Amino acid sequence: MLYGYSQVIIQGTLVTLELAISSVVLAVIIGLIGAGGKLSKSRLISGIFGCYTTLIRGVPDLVLMLLIFYGLQIVLNSITESLGMAQIDIDPLGAGIITLGFIYGAYFTETFRGAFMAVPRGQIEAATAFGFTGAQIFRRILFPAMMRFALPGIGNNWQVILKATALVSLLGLNDVVKATVLAGKGTYQPFYFAIVAGVIYLVFTTVSNGVLLWLERRYTLGVKRADL
Amino acid sequence: MIDILQQYGMSLLYSDGYRFTGLAVTLWLLISSVVMGGLLAVPMAVGRVSSNKYIRFPIWLYTYVFRGTPLYVQLLVFYSGMYSLEIVRGTDFLNAFFRSGLNCTILALTLNTCAYTTEIFAGAIRAVPHGEIEAANAYGFSRFKLYTCIILPSALRTALPAYSNEVILMLHSTALAFTATVPDVLKIARDINSATYQPFYAFGIAAVIYLCISFVLINLFRLAEKRWLRHVKPQTH
Repeated sequence: MLYGYSQVIIQGTLVTLELAISSVVLAVIIGLIGAGGKLSKSRLISGIFGCYTTLIRGVPDLVLMLLIFYGLQIVLNSITESLGMAQIDIDPLGAGIITLGFIYGAYFTETFRGAFMAVPRGQIEAATAFGFTGAQIFRRILFPAMMRFALPGIGNNWQVILKATALVSLLGLNDVVKATVLAGKGTYQPFYFAIVAGVIYLVFTTVSNGVLLWLERRYTLGVKRADL
Repeated sequence: MIDILQQYGMSLLYSDGYRFTGLAVTLWLLISSVVMGGLLAVPMAVGRVSSNKYIRFPIWLYTYVFRGTPLYVQLLVFYSGMYSLEIVRGTDFLNAFFRSGLNCTILALTLNTCAYTTEIFAGAIRAVPHGEIEAANAYGFSRFKLYTCIILPSALRTALPAYSNEVILMLHSTALAFTATVPDVLKIARDINSATYQPFYAFGIAAVIYLCISFVLINLFRLAEKRWLRHVKPQTH
């Protein structure tokens, strides 16, 4: 059915999944730090993170990707050169994870910031009154309550990251898009293989839709919803 | 950096001497796809919320497919895929249309934004207060008049904030056009990079240009919201 390219395409699919999952993990970590920074009382810190989210969200992800991919290599080269070390080449997968994580970290920052602000103040005050430490408040009260508000945003961001992984093939990563393009060129059937790539992505988004629905049910267990 | 701007400034903005390039092409891609996609999305959104499932289902399928796959893959289908088909190359009109990278890009962008916009508008139509529609029915409005006088003016206003996001995202999507050999801002930036080996300047300039367009668009939408959403403006102290 895939004219002998099934192995290459499966390999590419795994690379895409690896890229998407690692960059979403990185983006969530950056997002949590960023949300903390943007809500910080220090004007300097909140200003820096404010700049980060505004600049990143105003520039196309593809431009940032090329900027970081080519720019990072030059920065690394000058560092290794001044230290007298051998040149370190960034592999496309690492560059893809770093750039996607860095870009979508800005989107996650906004998601988490909104969610943190939506947690009722009284809950935190109550926890303080009960003598919870800061870390305990975050782990036991703030985080679970925040997740409920953040979930729709997280779901959206995940879907966007999943689709953005297609761009990393332009940096030379052998992901599912690159594999199908190669297969299309090899068999002179680019139309068929482009559709194959589309179907694979569609399967991913459908599955993640299901998982997100389940997660949303899980995190809204204690919330009563008004019947309309 | 001054050298780069002197040498490539014109091609970054509007022309390299032979054809339109850079900012002009990016804006043309953005405006044509957003306008066509937006106009198409209005009737599609009305169909999307229709109670007839033979109308509703195909539109749902269309938005599902186009929102579930990356734009880059869609562009590959239209740009390199379509032209390899016998049928397309055999028909004069299709042959002429799909041979141009610009046409393929605009087609892919339009269909993509139309899918997202349809869902935004459909959501806004569902959010129109029930009472307004009942009142219109009670006054004996025809179905056409109900949509043109009550539902659409209200729904398109509600959709404005979400729609502004979609337009900004569309601007970001136009950066993909260089993969179809369309000479937009990013294509020129890549040319600068390969000529000068200065990726920070080359892509940095492109990033600044995109940032400026984003800010202009955001401010335009802020003005539009001030004008058309005045009645729901939050009370300020």
